[in-house]
Amino acid sequence: MLSRLQRWHDLKLAFAGLASLMLASTATPAGAVAPETGDLPELVGGLATASYSEKQALIKQLVQTHDPRVRGVLDAMLEGKLYSRTSDGRLFIAAENNDVLDITDPLTGKPAGSMQSGDAGKIGINNQLRKTLRVALAQFDLASTDVNVRLEAVREMLRAVDTESIAVLHERLAVEPSSAVKREIRAGLALADLDSSEVSVRLAAVKTLAESLNVDVYNRLTAMSQAPAEGEAGEGDPAVRAAAKKALRTIDRKRSFYSIAQTLLYGLSQGSVLVLAAIGLAITFGVMGVINMAHGELMMLGAYSTYVVQLLMPQHIGASILVAIPVAFLVSGLVGIAIERGIVRHLYGRPLETLLATFGLSLILQQAVRDIFSANNRPVETPSWLAGSLQINEVLAITYNRLYIIVFTFAVFLLLLAILKRTRLGLEVRAVSQNRGMAKAMGIRTEWVDAMTFGLGSGIAGIAGVALSQLTNVGPNLGQSYIVDSFMVVVFGGVGNVWGTEIGGNALGVVNQALEPYAGAVLAKIFVLVFLILFIQRRPRGMFPQKGRAADG
Amino acid sequence: MVDAVTPPSTLDAAGFAAAIRADRGGKAFLTVLVVAIMVVPALNLLVPGGSALHLSSYTVTLLGKYMTYAMLAMAVDLVWGYCGILSLGHGAFFALGGYAIGMYLMRQIGTRGVYGDPVLPDFMVFLNWKELPWFWHGFESFPFAAAMVFLAPGVLALVFGFLAFRSRVSGVYLSIMTQALTYALMLAFFRNDMGFGGNNGFTDFKDILGFSLQAPSTRMVLFLGTALSLGGSYLLCRYIIASRAGRVIQAVRDAESRARFLGYRVESYKLWMFVLSALLAGLAGALYVPQIGIINPSEFSPASSIEIVIWVAIGGRGTLYGAVVGAFLVNYAKTYFTAALPSMWLYALGALFVLVTLFLPSGVVGLIGEWRRHAGRQPKGL
Repeated sequence: MLSRLQRWHDLKLAFAGLASLMLASTATPAGAVAPETGDLPELVGGLATASYSEKQALIKQLVQTHDPRVRGVLDAMLEGKLYSRTSDGRLFIAAENNDVLDITDPLTGKPAGSMQSGDAGKIGINNQLRKTLRVALAQFDLASTDVNVRLEAVREMLRAVDTESIAVLHERLAVEPSSAVKREIRAGLALADLDSSEVSVRLAAVKTLAESLNVDVYNRLTAMSQAPAEGEAGEGDPAVRAAAKKALRTIDRKRSFYSIAQTLLYGLSQGSVLVLAAIGLAITFGVMGVINMAHGELMMLGAYSTYVVQLLMPQHIGASILVAIPVAFLVSGLVGIAIERGIVRHLYGRPLETLLATFGLSLILQQAVRDIFSANNRPVETPSWLAGSLQINEVLAITYNRLYIIVFTFAVFLLLLAILKRTRLGLEVRAVSQNRGMAKAMGIRTEWVDAMTFGLGSGIAGIAGVALSQLTNVGPNLGQSYIVDSFMVVVFGGVGNVWGTEIGGNALGVVNQALEPYAGAVLAKIFVLVFLILFIQRRPRGMFPQKGRAADG
Repeated sequence: MVDAVTPPSTLDAAGFAAAIRADRGGKAFLTVLVVAIMVVPALNLLVPGGSALHLSSYTVTLLGKYMTYAMLAMAVDLVWGYCGILSLGHGAFFALGGYAIGMYLMRQIGTRGVYGDPVLPDFMVFLNWKELPWFWHGFESFPFAAAMVFLAPGVLALVFGFLAFRSRVSGVYLSIMTQALTYALMLAFFRNDMGFGGNNGFTDFKDILGFSLQAPSTRMVLFLGTALSLGGSYLLCRYIIASRAGRVIQAVRDAESRARFLGYRVESYKLWMFVLSALLAGLAGALYVPQIGIINPSEFSPASSIEIVIWVAIGGRGTLYGAVVGAFLVNYAKTYFTAALPSMWLYALGALFVLVTLFLPSGVVGLIGEWRRHAGRQPKGL
């Protein structure tokens, strides 16, 4: 019941927040015409001549306008970059450039030429004003529409807690729509309450802090769980000590949950790389039964296609990756079709010979790339939308490229599944792989289907290469390092089973990630390989073996 | 499974002699080997250095290296050509034999190392280790190291083969498993913590059984030892192939299920051949390391194991001497190309793979056999 009430309350707050957001966003573009912001230049201009106490009042008024332009002015004032021109009393933000000052208009941010330093009078501030400005800035950020800015503002304010900032935070708590920000504020206020002399306040604060994952909080609580010893801080009241211990246990539980979540996410992303490398093989090896040792080199071609696309469009790195995906698919797909028509076609039914011939081909492709692009790794740029990381909470963060690779792999997987199960080509591919003679008798052009299937698997290897270009070095040996892993994933998942490859690859990634903290990256990989060798002894046809007569082939 | 058929009887001397007589390529190979054993020492040690007929120690070592490769190729041919097991991990057995003898050679360096530690090899001093790891004990003795040359690859092959053949992993699955095996070993041996010198492996060997490895006489003894081992391995393999067991094994290669239904223990036959092949590969590795003077984890790389298979394919699989021919041809070409046209080597090797598998399924010796046949007869198709 209580939780439902709480949720209803949250919902109302959220609506209130949303409404105010909408108001704010409609107000801002019209801000230039709106009458109440008309006096903003006046307020700012007042700073030039005001006394310290008048400035205090002016700053408060400025904050009340909630105009985003004010932030720049206050920031400049705090950093001592706000100047008034003695000749006309106008205010500017100035940056020193040799002997003159480059000046910009504080409200519009437009450059306004330069002025002599002799003509400029700095807007002076004292310590009291500095404090007011800091709180004002944070307060300003607290009203921002961006949740991350608000979070950062709360953290900034909590770094030096005083009565004034506590009051501001309490005020904000009442109207804050985001639960993340609210949690942060509550934790901060509770942290301040820990110093209270009243046992009941401390007790309540400890209970609130059990929700927090902050390292400072953890250290504070650890200190509070012990009785005061000589020369060390501690907690005198046994009830608070017990509460602190309980809170620590709660936090520990949460932390281990998040660390498992982190292992899972990292493992999934690592597994996704494996899946991406293996899923093309699941077609050529799994469905067609062709051992293509040049599969890694087809991925390498995909990665080099990305590099070439970036060379051709250096102005649009952000879009280059998206362009590279179809390009790489075509390049690798066409090379794949050429391999099938030129070599593999003559060797059907002789898998070991296919293996050798395609290995020879992989050597040729590697050397060709070495001769064309040089033996050194090529720099492939990472677009900005792939950089950075998503901070979920204080102990769990995931980089965007890891996140994207999970999503991307899954999309490729679904696309492949759709092609195999929903298109005419997919139907024919399955028919040919199940019973070549019968398919031929039914009028399917098996030769054409073979070439298309091989091209499809190779093209997907090319797409994998685009993704790999963002994760590892793009060099002639890129393919080699993935080939053993890819085959293992396909065999582990069960040959001829695309689902098996997806699940198998991700499972291996998670296992590898889980082992890494204990064994190190290389040893973890060795363990996984040995595990796979033993696993295949137990289940020679993988996790999800194909059933029926087709499996005996 | 009921052992309905009597175990393979040993081949009598007359039968073996008949098998050798019928083996024309083998006779040619053994003749060349005997000539080499007689001529090479004479040209190297007796003919003075300035003479045109003089064979330098470099050439002797090169020939010795090719012969160890030939042994390795023969080992692969034994399982691939006669049992149908395509091992993509034979480099691992070769390298294990090499590491075993390498450990002995490292212990022989003693105080002559850079750090002059009487017990610890240089790389351990460098890693700041205080005492010898347990698995290094015993390698100061040559008989122990020689035993390990066979034990290490043999036991690995026995365990791996036992598990794999028992659960009937075969064909490409087995190939991929062997590849994973050698890959895992490569990663392991690259680690410094393993205690096998990490990246750099073992090198800077000084002497073997008290004889300096740099002396021409020592090199000649190693060469002769390699030549005799190669000839001995050939005779051993030929003996096994000609025996009853050998015929069962070829039956397994051609129709595994049928051989099983006839009551043969298919798994045991495969296992013992696999182990024997691993032992030969280990011996080849042990002969390789003192002559070349270095062993490092790159010998474990999947690519070098595949290269061995290529030697066999190019020479002609299922003939034993074809493997020898292939190993010599490809490695001579490699020596030539990497010196003359370095960037062409991978193109040439890659093209060899493709062309041989497409157009020469029975390799170079098969091609020669083709030429010798009457002109009127239809050649065997692809």
